[in-house]
Amino acid sequence: MKAKSPVIWPLLGLAALVLLNAVHDLGFLKITLLDGHLYGVPIDILTQGSRTMLVALGMTLVIATGGVDLSVGSVVAIAGAVCAVLLQGGHSLALTLAAALGAGLLAGSANGLLVARLGVQPIVATLILMVAGRGLAQLIVDGQVIIIKSPAFEYLANGFLLGLPVAPLLVVALYLATHLALRRTALGLFIEAVGDNETASRFAGLAAARIKALAYIFCGAGAGLAGVLAAANIRAADAYRAGENMELDAIFAVVVGGTALTGGRFSILGTAVGALLIQTLTTTMYNLGVPPAIAPVPKALLIIGVTLLQSDKIGRWLGGLWPKREAA
Amino acid sequence: MKSAATARRDAGPPIFKRQLPLFVTAGIFVALFLTAAHFYEGFFSARVFISLLSENAFLGIAAVGMTLVIFSGGIDLSVGAVIGFTSICTATLIEKHQLAPELAWTLALAAGAGLGAGMGSLIHFFRLPPFLITLAGMFLARGAGFWISTDSIGINHALYGKISAYEWLFGTAAIPAGALFLITVLLAGYAVAHHTRFGRTLLAIGGNEQSALLMGLPIGPAKISVYAVNGFCAALAGIVATLYTGSGNPGMGLGLELDAIASVVIGGTLLTGGRGHMLGTLLGVLIFGTIQAAILFDGRLSSWWMRIVVGALLLVFILLQRFFLRRK
Repeated sequence: MKAKSPVIWPLLGLAALVLLNAVHDLGFLKITLLDGHLYGVPIDILTQGSRTMLVALGMTLVIATGGVDLSVGSVVAIAGAVCAVLLQGGHSLALTLAAALGAGLLAGSANGLLVARLGVQPIVATLILMVAGRGLAQLIVDGQVIIIKSPAFEYLANGFLLGLPVAPLLVVALYLATHLALRRTALGLFIEAVGDNETASRFAGLAAARIKALAYIFCGAGAGLAGVLAAANIRAADAYRAGENMELDAIFAVVVGGTALTGGRFSILGTAVGALLIQTLTTTMYNLGVPPAIAPVPKALLIIGVTLLQSDKIGRWLGGLWPKREAA
Repeated sequence: MKSAATARRDAGPPIFKRQLPLFVTAGIFVALFLTAAHFYEGFFSARVFISLLSENAFLGIAAVGMTLVIFSGGIDLSVGAVIGFTSICTATLIEKHQLAPELAWTLALAAGAGLGAGMGSLIHFFRLPPFLITLAGMFLARGAGFWISTDSIGINHALYGKISAYEWLFGTAAIPAGALFLITVLLAGYAVAHHTRFGRTLLAIGGNEQSALLMGLPIGPAKISVYAVNGFCAALAGIVATLYTGSGNPGMGLGLELDAIASVVIGGTLLTGGRGHMLGTLLGVLIFGTIQAAILFDGRLSSWWMRIVVGALLLVFILLQRFFLRRK
C-alpha cells in the first residue's frame, strides 16, 4: 500500500478481470455502433454499474468521516416507489424527480441528525432506516410492483446522448463535480480531518457535526438518484427487490477503491474504479455461467482479501518481505 | 464472583435504576400484549403466548448468540445466511447421503462454529471491522448454501416426524419442541452471559477493550470464541428451522440478522457493547413476536407494517440508550 496512488490496486484488479474475460471470449471487448448508439459488454457494464457508482460516491464521503450508511438500499427502494406513484398519478417528470431527490435528502437528513447531532453509532443509526425504509417503500406502492410508462423517465436510464448512454454520463458528471467541489476547495480536507479525529478537528475550529451530517445528506441524495435510475432501468418500482444488497456493493466499491474504513482519507477516483470492478465481476460471473445465487462467494473472497491487504499487520509483514526490492 | 457482588452492593446503583431499560422493555411487552388482547378476541391465551415462543424459536436462538456478540462490542451479520446454509446442508446430508440426523446435526453445528471462529480470528488478529468481515461471511454462507442446492429439500426421516410431533404438557398448555429448544438455549445463554467468567470478559471487552486488556483478560480467545458460539447458535437455529418446516431451504433466514439485532437492542442491550441483559433479548423476541401475531390476527394490516413498527421501536430504544449514556 506504499504505492503513490491508491487507485493502482483496483485498476490492476479491473485490468486482470477484463483480461480474464477477453481470454474467455474475445467478443467481450467488442463495442459496436448501431443506429448511432454504442453497444457492447463494456457499455453494459458502465450502464448497469452507474447505480452502484452513484451510491458509492455518497458512501465514500460517509466512510471518509468514519461512518457508514447501511440504509442506501432502502432509500433506493423508497425513491423508486415515489417515482412510480407520482408518475402513475399523472404528475410531471420534473416534480417526480424533485420528489425522489427530496425523499433521498430527507432520509439522509434523518441519518445525519441521528449520527451527527445525537451521537448514535453510524451502523446503528442507519440500521433503523434500513429496516423501516423497505417497509415504507412497500407502504408507498401498497405492496404492488408498479409499472412505469413514461418514455422520458426511461430515457434517464436506458437512453443515449450523442451515441453515449445517458446514465453513465450523468454519473461521470456528478463524479467530476464532486471531485472539484471537494479537492478544489477545503471541503475534502475538512471531511478527512473529521474522519481522522473528530475531537481534534472540532478543537481546530471545524463544525464537525455539520460536516458529518452533510456527508449523510449527500449520500441520501445519491441513493435517491440511484433509485430513480433503478426504477427507470426496469421501468417499474419494485419495493421488495430494488436496491437489494446495494449497500454491500457500495461499501465494497469504496473499500476496494482504497478508502480506509476507519475514515480519514478517501479517493473518489478509487471508488469509481472500485464500483466498475464490482460490476465487471458480476458481469464476468454471468459470462462464465456462474449461477447468480453463487455469485456472492467471489465477492466475499475479494473483500476479505482487500481488507486483509489494507490491515496494518499484513502491511507490516509485506513490508518485512520486500524492503530491499523496493529500494532497488 | 464474590468481590464483584460486594462491589455491586457498595457502589452500584439500585437494581431498578441499573436495569431500567429491562423494565421499560418488559413494560412495553406487557402493554403491547394487553393492547392486542383488547383488540383481538382470543389473543389473551396461553396458546398464543406459547406460539410467540415456538413461531420465533429460530429467531430467538440466533438472538441469544447475537446478544453475546453485541456484549463484546461486535456485530455479526452472517447469522441469517448461516441458518440458510445449515438448513440446506442438514437436509442434503440426511436425504441425499442417508446420514443419521444426529451426525448431520453435529456436522452442521461444527460448520457454523467453524465459520464463526474463522471470522472471529480475522476480526481479532487483523483488527478488521466486524461488520465488514461478517458481511463477507454472510455472502460466503449464502452462496455456499445455494451451491449445495438451489431448491428446498423435504426431510422425511422418522426422527423428524417424532420431534416435530412432540409436545410437552405443562398443565393444560402443550409446549411444542421448538419452544423447548428456545427456552433451553435462553437458559444456557443466561447462565453463560451472567454467571460465567466468559460472560463477564465479554462485557468488559465491550465496555473498554483497552482496559480489559490491561486487566489481563484473555481478549483474543474471548473474542474468537464469542463469534464461534454465535455461529453455533445460528447453526442450531438452522436445525430448529428444519425441524419446524420439515425441509431445508438455502434461502431461509433472509434478513433474519436484522431482526435478531433489533430484538437484542429492543431488549435494552447497548449496541456499543459492555451493557445488557439476556432476559432483555427474550423480551425483545417476544415483542417482535407480538407485533407479528397482532398483524396476523388483524388480517387487514399489511406485512410491511411489521418492518415500520420494528424500525420505530429501534429508534425509540436507541434514543433511550443515548439518553442513558449522556446522563451517566
